[in-house]
Amino acid sequence: MWPIFDYGRFVSIISSSDVYGVVWMRSLAQLHKMANLRVLVGVKRVIDYAVKIRVKPDNSGVVTDGVKHSMNPFCEIAMEEAVRLKEKKLAKEIIAVSCGPAQAQETIRTALAMGADRGIHVEVTGKEYENMTPLHVSKIMAKLAQDQEANLVILGKQSIDGDNNQTGQMTAALLDWPQATFASEVTKENDHLKVVREIDGGLETVKVTLPAVITADLRLNEPRYATLPNIMKAKKKKIAKHKAADFGVDLTPTLEVVGVEDPPVRQAGQKVESTEELVAKLKDSGVV
Amino acid sequence: MAMRPSHVIRYVLEQYKSYRVPNVTQSLPSWYTKGTNGSLDSWSRCVHGSVALTQKKAERVPLSSERFPQLKRGEFARVTDGDLQVFERLVASRVLTEPGDIEGHNVDWSGTCRGAGQVLLRPKTTEEVSAILRYCNGRRLAAVPQGGNTGLVGGSVPVFDEVIISMSLMDKIISLDEISGVLVCQAGCVVDKINGALEPHGLMTPHILGSKGSCQIGGNISTNAGGLRMLRYGNLHGNVLGVEAVLANGDVLDCLSTLRKDNTGYDLKQLFIGSEGSLGVVTAASVLCPRIPGAISVALLGCDSFAQVLQTYDAAKKMLQEILSAVEFMDRASMEVVQENLQLTCPLGAHRYYLLVETSGSNAAHDEEKLNSLLGHLMEKGMVDDGTVATEPSKVQSLWALRENVAVALRADGCVYKYDVTVPMSRFYDLVVDTRERVGTDATRVVGYGHLGESDIHLNVTCPKHNEDVFDALEPWVYDWVAKCKGSVSAEHGMGILKRDYLYHSNTGPVVLLMKQLKGLMDPKGILNPYKIFPD
Repeated sequence: MWPIFDYGRFVSIISSSDVYGVVWMRSLAQLHKMANLRVLVGVKRVIDYAVKIRVKPDNSGVVTDGVKHSMNPFCEIAMEEAVRLKEKKLAKEIIAVSCGPAQAQETIRTALAMGADRGIHVEVTGKEYENMTPLHVSKIMAKLAQDQEANLVILGKQSIDGDNNQTGQMTAALLDWPQATFASEVTKENDHLKVVREIDGGLETVKVTLPAVITADLRLNEPRYATLPNIMKAKKKKIAKHKAADFGVDLTPTLEVVGVEDPPVRQAGQKVESTEELVAKLKDSGVV
Repeated sequence: MAMRPSHVIRYVLEQYKSYRVPNVTQSLPSWYTKGTNGSLDSWSRCVHGSVALTQKKAERVPLSSERFPQLKRGEFARVTDGDLQVFERLVASRVLTEPGDIEGHNVDWSGTCRGAGQVLLRPKTTEEVSAILRYCNGRRLAAVPQGGNTGLVGGSVPVFDEVIISMSLMDKIISLDEISGVLVCQAGCVVDKINGALEPHGLMTPHILGSKGSCQIGGNISTNAGGLRMLRYGNLHGNVLGVEAVLANGDVLDCLSTLRKDNTGYDLKQLFIGSEGSLGVVTAASVLCPRIPGAISVALLGCDSFAQVLQTYDAAKKMLQEILSAVEFMDRASMEVVQENLQLTCPLGAHRYYLLVETSGSNAAHDEEKLNSLLGHLMEKGMVDDGTVATEPSKVQSLWALRENVAVALRADGCVYKYDVTVPMSRFYDLVVDTRERVGTDATRVVGYGHLGESDIHLNVTCPKHNEDVFDALEPWVYDWVAKCKGSVSAEHGMGILKRDYLYHSNTGPVVLLMKQLKGLMDPKGILNPYKIFPD
């Protein structure tokens, strides 16, 4: 019922006359909470954004075989934020999670090289992986957050292949935790986080109490490159392997992809010599 | 950029001895007569900081004919209306004479050399080029063949009023043999577009350079462009299997073979590779294209002593061997310039030297294993102080961007004096150190970067604007330094007009004499790209 034992309340029940004792115990509790962020970061393996995407001849999806993959850029930003929290001594442990085939382990290794302490690989392969949706991922993330006793989940705002922008929000809902999405700045203040969000109209500042879910937007930070000493260290860090069933998540597809097509080929433009010609051509094509 | 002050003009004129009138009865073309050693004045060395030259900016660059007053216009005819009519007959509507259309073609990329060409011709076929040259030869009209106009020594623009023959419209790919990897295309094909056309077939050009978005294969061939892949794939002398060129008299020389091996007589196509358009206009080429590597990885390494750099290079060659495809060098100053002027991020902290090592292979796992064992070895032996590795295309591109954009970043400093020289590898960085000492605080920056694998260093000195003192300290001292260690005064960039005075620094008298004789044989009237390569 109480995920973290509330020393402050307990002490005040015992000796309400001992004011200083209560204050001391409360601040100790707050200190205990402050340096104790256990951060869960989701990292997704996606096709590298510099690669030219090709649609499969049968229009069932995009070609992924033999295509270079890398960590989703927003997941990199999420990972970087977690590492910065650890450097500021606000987080004590970072766990990197990825759901996917065996190659997802490479993405977790990259996260470990950036500064995560350990990794969790939820193995999902073949058709199950192709049909995996944010809802499946959020259920896994939510269960993991509870099992690992994480009090902060940082995800990228969306993945560059799905562009769904749903996982963060769904994870928060399943956990019944507050969420601060499209974060462009995160600061810890006492027992809550102050997050500046990028919204259509500009910037919005919100306060979220912990535990919480944050999704990272582009301007949150600039992710670091993993340097050689860290890459070497990462080789020794552990990656635990699980299956979706271990978390009680059923991966039956809820969506069916009917078709994937290339965008229409851009038609060549026409140059005209005068406004009259322009109007004439517009009339001819029935636009005007 | 201010107009040249009069005291500088006087100073410059005083430096030159009077130019002897050439004797036209000599067997060699008149303009080869050995006159004074009138070196090009200092303005020519200054590369002005302008990213794209609009017509207005182009007009601010002084005309080469004014800047090099000792250069006399050769005994060529001038373009008349009659000539224009003939051109219009030969290439239909593709004759440009409007100043607005021509200005961009009269100035080179670096904004140093500006010609006064009045006519721009845009042929589409080899036959048109042949007809143009036959006519020009008959009329004794000088001509400059021009590709992407990205050269750095003023070799692609007119000096006086030469006719500009732009190859840009000759951009057809003629054929591609996927099995042998031989591509046959016209000379005006832009390298980036060639790569785009080759990519679906899993092939790529054997050379790649920073100007790939604009440079054309004909120009690359004419200048024997090196580039970033030369360590692995070799230079164009080896990769170009055939060349079709039009000689000065309009004859089409068809050496357009697609054969890997053909030892039947003299290999004439080699004459056109690197001769900067002075022996013939390249109109088509067949190029041997290697396969796009299945796996490319890049490691950026930081070292704090040059001894470490050489050890790292040695270890890379030993442990990577056949997958090593590039070893590029940058010093701290060049990393700082891309960080300050272009706001690029360097993943490593400040180190004195940086090495960019690229591997290309067919099997990612195999390459990664080799690269990881190399990196482990480097860290263990302390040959490297820090480093980072990338295998994803996006990260590979960002690491390469640090090296590829140094030249662009330097322009933002204002005036850049560029030197591209080959020196012995043990003395690779010494030139930069000596230059820094010599130039002192007068210059904004002295940077050295380049192709460590080929021992080719690009020394660049920047100032806010042209500085006579700095220039005088640099030239001919840099070239003398290079000549002393028997290096090349122009590793990749060619001679053009800006380096022609230093031809003898890296070539003996008899060698240059034979070059001139060849030129006289192939272009007796000297109409092809005159005033370039050879000093007066």
